[in-house]
Amino acid sequence: MTRYGWVRLGIVGGAGVILEILCRASVIPRLIMIPPSEMLVSAWQILFSGEIKNDLYFSLVNIALAIALSVAGGFLTGLAIYSVPLLRATLEPFLTSYSSVPPIVFYPMLIVIFGLNRIPQIAIAVMFGLVPMAMNTINGLYRIRPVFLKVGRAHRVSPLASVFRIKLPAAAPYLFTGVTLAVSYSVIGVISTEFILSASGIGHQISFAYDNYDNRAMYGLVVLLLAVSMLLNSTLRYYSQRMLRRWAR
Amino acid sequence: MKSNRALYTAAFFAALLILWQGLYFAFGPRVLTPPWTTFANAWGMLKMPDYWPDIGESIRAFLIALLIAFGIGIVGGVLIGTWRTCSEVLEPLLVNVNTVPKVALYPVILLIFGLGMWSKVVFGALHGVIPIMISSIGAVRNVNPIYVQCGRTMHLTRWKMIRRIWVPACVPELFSGLRLGFSLTLLGTIFGEFFASQKGVGFLLMNAIDLRNIPTIMSLILILIIFAVLSNSALLAVDRRLHRHEA
Repeated sequence: MTRYGWVRLGIVGGAGVILEILCRASVIPRLIMIPPSEMLVSAWQILFSGEIKNDLYFSLVNIALAIALSVAGGFLTGLAIYSVPLLRATLEPFLTSYSSVPPIVFYPMLIVIFGLNRIPQIAIAVMFGLVPMAMNTINGLYRIRPVFLKVGRAHRVSPLASVFRIKLPAAAPYLFTGVTLAVSYSVIGVISTEFILSASGIGHQISFAYDNYDNRAMYGLVVLLLAVSMLLNSTLRYYSQRMLRRWAR
Repeated sequence: MKSNRALYTAAFFAALLILWQGLYFAFGPRVLTPPWTTFANAWGMLKMPDYWPDIGESIRAFLIALLIAFGIGIVGGVLIGTWRTCSEVLEPLLVNVNTVPKVALYPVILLIFGLGMWSKVVFGALHGVIPIMISSIGAVRNVNPIYVQCGRTMHLTRWKMIRRIWVPACVPELFSGLRLGFSLTLLGTIFGEFFASQKGVGFLLMNAIDLRNIPTIMSLILILIIFAVLSNSALLAVDRRLHRHEA
């Protein structure tokens, strides 16, 4: 690890220790926050007692489906907008203001249409994740150096091969940014709909524990959820950087 | 070309309205209200004094959240960005924290700040502040080094460097970050009102969901969308003006 990495670790660790001391000394009352060490113990117990196995599974499946749909849909949408000028002229003003509307406001309508199950939750998550992916795809495709495309044409590369051999690798950094965004937005979409109205899922369990003043379980679940999302993000970052390095050669 | 574009956009919105009407024919009044009725309902709602306390509460919460997010985000970002060691240490940390679903922290914020105004303000600000900070660090970092060297040659003090060199050189980028932060803060504030609140547009919406009051749900969504799109277009126009020298 670099020197900066150690400093970073020190800051995070130091904050944890200070919080622990404040909680143990009852400067922060237990009703508001339990000591970080107890949060970790609670998270560990919840994970291995298996009591939330079904909720964890429910949320993870929803998140996975949402990620797959937003990445695939976003890429195809981006590709379509890039290759059809008419679509670009029509949709671009719409795309730039799309991100200003929180899709979560459509959740009530979708519940009424599809019922209280996983479909409206995944739909909201895809509404969150698809557009950033599409916009990054468009951005990436437009920034391909024209020379690459010309070389491809000079070698008579077929349109399909040019997508896989030239366009994808050349736009890769932007595509990965899009994927990262799609992943974190999918998590946000799924978890937040679970918070608002749902019958199962990690978000639902957290809000249930909050409503029952069960601080220990609530903090344990929050820590668990943060751990899941960090794991997801760091795995993604690790693999995307490795792939970029390989393509850069 | 320019007028063509406007024409396409108009055609697109017309298509959206037709789709909306089509959905109404498909699902009926149990699920949604048709476009024209919704616009009329929303207008009626805005004219009635009953809803203004809630709308006012939401606007107030949103503005305070925005002020906090902008203030901390920009000042923090510029300070961190101009101090190299600090940005090397903190930037990866911020990027990591940013990917965490903040929704998970909402119960914690509720416990700390209690039910009411401050929870939603803090939650809204929490959504906006880190992206603004990250883009401010980026904005400061991307300033042409020649400007900075020029300032050094003239022996400007640290304060003068910030005021005369850094700020003017990175205002366009900073503003783009603010635009992003604006919509995220709006999302956070509305979400805060959804989950636990006794007042505000989000609360009205949640209430309408519980009562299955479809016309109210639709009108509130419409009002929110129109607010979001209008303010975003205004910010976008300013953004384009600031960036026009670059292209």
